[in-house]
Amino acid sequence: MTGIRTEPVTVNLGPQHPSTHGVFRLRVTFDGEEIIDLEPVFGYLHRGTEKLAETRNYTQIVTLTDRMDYVASMSNNLAYVRTVEKLSGIQVPERAQYIRVICAELQRIASHLMATGFLLNDIGALATPLIYCFREREKILDLFEMLCGARITLSYMRPGGIFQDADSDFWNALDILIQELPHYLDELEALISKNEIVLARTRSVGILSDADAIDYGVTGPILRASRVKWDLRKANPYEIYNRLDFEIPIGVEGDTYDRFHVRLLEMQESVKIITQCIKQIEKGPIRANTPYFIRPKPGETYQSVEGPKGELGFYLISDGGVSPYRCKVRAPSFINLTPLKKMMLGWKMGDLITILGSIDIVLGEVDR
Amino acid sequence: MTQIYFVQLIDFYSFYEMFYSIFQNLGFEKSSSWMSYIAAGGSLSFLAINLLVLATAFYTWFERRTIARFQVRRGPNRNGPFGLGQPFADVIKLIMKEDTIPSEADKPVFTIAPIALLAPTLLIITVIPIDDSSFLATLNIGILFIVGITSVNSIAIFMAGWGSRNKYAILGSMRGAAMLISYEIPMALGITSVLLIAGSLAMSEIVAKQEIWFIAVMPMGFFVFMASATAEMSRTPFDQIEAESELGSGYNTEFSGIKFAILFLAEFMAPIVTSAVVTTLFLGGSQGFNFLPGQFWFVLKMFVVIFALLWIRSTWPRLRVDQIMGFAWKILMELGFVNIFLIAIEVAILMDPVTGILTSQDMLIMAGINWVFTIITLVFLANFLGKRNYDRPDPVPSPLANMEPKGE
Amino acid sequence: MYGLGLIKGLGITMKNLVIPNRQFNIYQYPNKKVTPWDLAKINSSKTFPFIAKNPITTFKSLVGLVNVEERLPQHPNFRGEEFAWYDNRCTGCASCAKYCPLGIIKIVTGTSGVNSQEGQSYDLEVFDIDIGRCMFCGLCVEACPYDALHMGSGFEEAQYQRSNLVIDINKLKSAEKKPSTWFRPQLVKQGHDPITGDTADWKKVGRHEKPSLDDQSERWAKR
Ligand code: SF4
Ligand code: SF4
Repeated sequence: MTGIRTEPVTVNLGPQHPSTHGVFRLRVTFDGEEIIDLEPVFGYLHRGTEKLAETRNYTQIVTLTDRMDYVASMSNNLAYVRTVEKLSGIQVPERAQYIRVICAELQRIASHLMATGFLLNDIGALATPLIYCFREREKILDLFEMLCGARITLSYMRPGGIFQDADSDFWNALDILIQELPHYLDELEALISKNEIVLARTRSVGILSDADAIDYGVTGPILRASRVKWDLRKANPYEIYNRLDFEIPIGVEGDTYDRFHVRLLEMQESVKIITQCIKQIEKGPIRANTPYFIRPKPGETYQSVEGPKGELGFYLISDGGVSPYRCKVRAPSFINLTPLKKMMLGWKMGDLITILGSIDIVLGEVDR
Repeated sequence: MTQIYFVQLIDFYSFYEMFYSIFQNLGFEKSSSWMSYIAAGGSLSFLAINLLVLATAFYTWFERRTIARFQVRRGPNRNGPFGLGQPFADVIKLIMKEDTIPSEADKPVFTIAPIALLAPTLLIITVIPIDDSSFLATLNIGILFIVGITSVNSIAIFMAGWGSRNKYAILGSMRGAAMLISYEIPMALGITSVLLIAGSLAMSEIVAKQEIWFIAVMPMGFFVFMASATAEMSRTPFDQIEAESELGSGYNTEFSGIKFAILFLAEFMAPIVTSAVVTTLFLGGSQGFNFLPGQFWFVLKMFVVIFALLWIRSTWPRLRVDQIMGFAWKILMELGFVNIFLIAIEVAILMDPVTGILTSQDMLIMAGINWVFTIITLVFLANFLGKRNYDRPDPVPSPLANMEPKGE
Repeated sequence: MYGLGLIKGLGITMKNLVIPNRQFNIYQYPNKKVTPWDLAKINSSKTFPFIAKNPITTFKSLVGLVNVEERLPQHPNFRGEEFAWYDNRCTGCASCAKYCPLGIIKIVTGTSGVNSQEGQSYDLEVFDIDIGRCMFCGLCVEACPYDALHMGSGFEEAQYQRSNLVIDINKLKSAEKKPSTWFRPQLVKQGHDPITGDTADWKKVGRHEKPSLDDQSERWAKR
């Protein structure tokens, strides 16, 4: 007797697809609507950043790091310049450290806003929450324009500090932003995180258990959504994070909902951090005396910061010349993609999109 | 009803009589009957198609402007005053584009699909009584006609997906076929409850019976009908057929040029037609205050319905495909049945057995009972459904995490 | 209660529809449709007299046919295209060319040898910047020791051919000098605004005070 038989169908999601967040390709095998196999394919945006870094001097590489995670260039800059400072033993003035932390946190808010908005767009909310998020992100980008003249590819930080002090325009605008932002974030939370359709789509979907998350080396909001309380800002305080008081939000079970809820909570914490920084910051120099062509002593070092997507690390080897002998980037988006199969198998096509959205990948960083 | 009518809607029979007399005078004694049938039909369809296409053009403008406002944007505002020229620019652009047919496509099916999708939508408007009468005069099985005609939609969508031989399109049209057929049942149930009170299948009779609007008499029926109608035209939260973030563009992925324009037209005509049907069935049709003509009230009510649909569209995300099917079969259908039982019992008790008339007092009593019942049911359902997922425990840090500062 | 969140969501979108200050900061570049009220404000007259005086313009603007120019508000720090370069200040030292990560600045100095004497700056023959490849990082500006090269402030340099994007020495000389205040604290101190303000001539744009000997020793090569 032959019953009804279904035949698996293989679909190429991407590299040109509205919700793969860039040029990411997934070969997915569906049984009806259910995912039975998938294979991520990347490398479409590979630009050889690490190799290019070997032919540029240490300051010029800052411009390359902008283009890796292009929605969070500040964090990339910070991670890179910290590595160079460690490598060549440069002491950074305190004011510069404060401004760097403010910038990194602003960038974290901007990046998380974008992640949340696009996740909601993937769930199908016709861009409304996305545009509310972009409205707030735009204000942050305006701040960056005041600070350093660019909005996306900032190249703001330099080994030894920052290149330009923030003027009064910036501080005034920042004050206004800090006052208004929590209100808008609350509104955003009310709009989406209590919405029953969002809950139905995200709760208990794509669970990543804490043990798995640690095994796969996942970091950032995804790790914290899986209940693991790990944040480099607390675990290994860099810059001036040890003087600041903030919480690390964690999720309940590690599903899609937790991943975006953790981001929402983190934005509130970032606002808190910025408020404290504004209170503590004092006048002073903003850049250590560094030569134009930095020549670190031969050696190697690895430094990492807690970027918006996870642990963002740079590994540099110096041979004493003006440019590094080798540069390796630990890109969080790339490593966060590894448990993709674990999360997605057995779920429906709509869930595939939301799970991918909740990981918040930036292809510039995945492919480098 | 004593209303001032500024414009009398021209229906099929007045056309017919006009042409008949013209042909008689021209000297076609024998053949004037069938010739005037054809002429009346032709001019009627010309009128209906042009009216609807023009209305759809302005509707797309209205939709884009409204949704843009919800999304704190401006919407189209460059072409002409307030961007009113935008729909025409879009149409010209779409028509001028190359009309490609994929080489692997099933060409006849691929070509017929857009027309098959457009035709039923156009047909529906002919039986809607925009005023006391409709294009097809008072078709005495109006609502049955609508239910029958709309089921062609699912075939058309499946044709579009199947014919284009694209995996996304097939996924979209599979979803479409499953979804549209499922939602036809609750829709029919919602309509049945209307028919129980109105006691007639004719649209104008249904309007005339609404001394109290049926939305007030049976909110549950309205809810069931509205939800399934939203699904029938595949709007958020039920827009699984297109689901542009999942399927690219769903069943119309491969279409371009004039074919896409027609699909687009049909898709954007659906809200207009649906709101017209909702207005007729639940919002008292062309009833209103006397100082303005009935057409005005009808269009106003349509706009309110359209605005509500847009409001929902710009706020709510999309449900997953199995959740949508579950909603149709597990919730909407049950609600529809319960509603029908309730209305049937009430009608059986309250209706005058001899004349078969429901007075407005009777309807008020029904409204009271139904509202109480609806609220109780919805609250019960909400709490029953919400138990599982709504409240969560506080997060507990995993024991695997070890974030003690170094040296402690 | 289940379902309440959906209704709350509807309320929030409605709030954003109604409250005007929730609007996105939209600038209708390059021109904006204006209402009669805005027009009256632009012509600095009261609304009603304006409407009474110009009924045709009022009607036109009501149906959305009157445009006024509008640009994005730009901070003076904005790193724009069209570099502001002062040939009076430039010595042809080529620090900028060396420091550019992409190597897109091409400088050829004094091969003719006509004007070059001891104590004078080099004679510049070629100074090409290929802004088609430039990423406006500003490292060249940071490297210029004589404040001769500044970022520009514009962003409307679209061309039909890539070769037109190369700014050569003549273009640079004749271009309007509206330097960005990016990495130029002296311009910030003067309150220079490249978008609304005047052009800045070559005397104004430099750091005039000579650094003291201590400063100099602090600044250079203390490693
Ligand atoms: S701005 Fe950057 S890329 Fe452009 S010329 Fe200057 S250094 Fe080179
Ligand atoms: S612009 Fe500045 S850095 Fe470039 S050659 Fe002239 S003086 Fe030297």
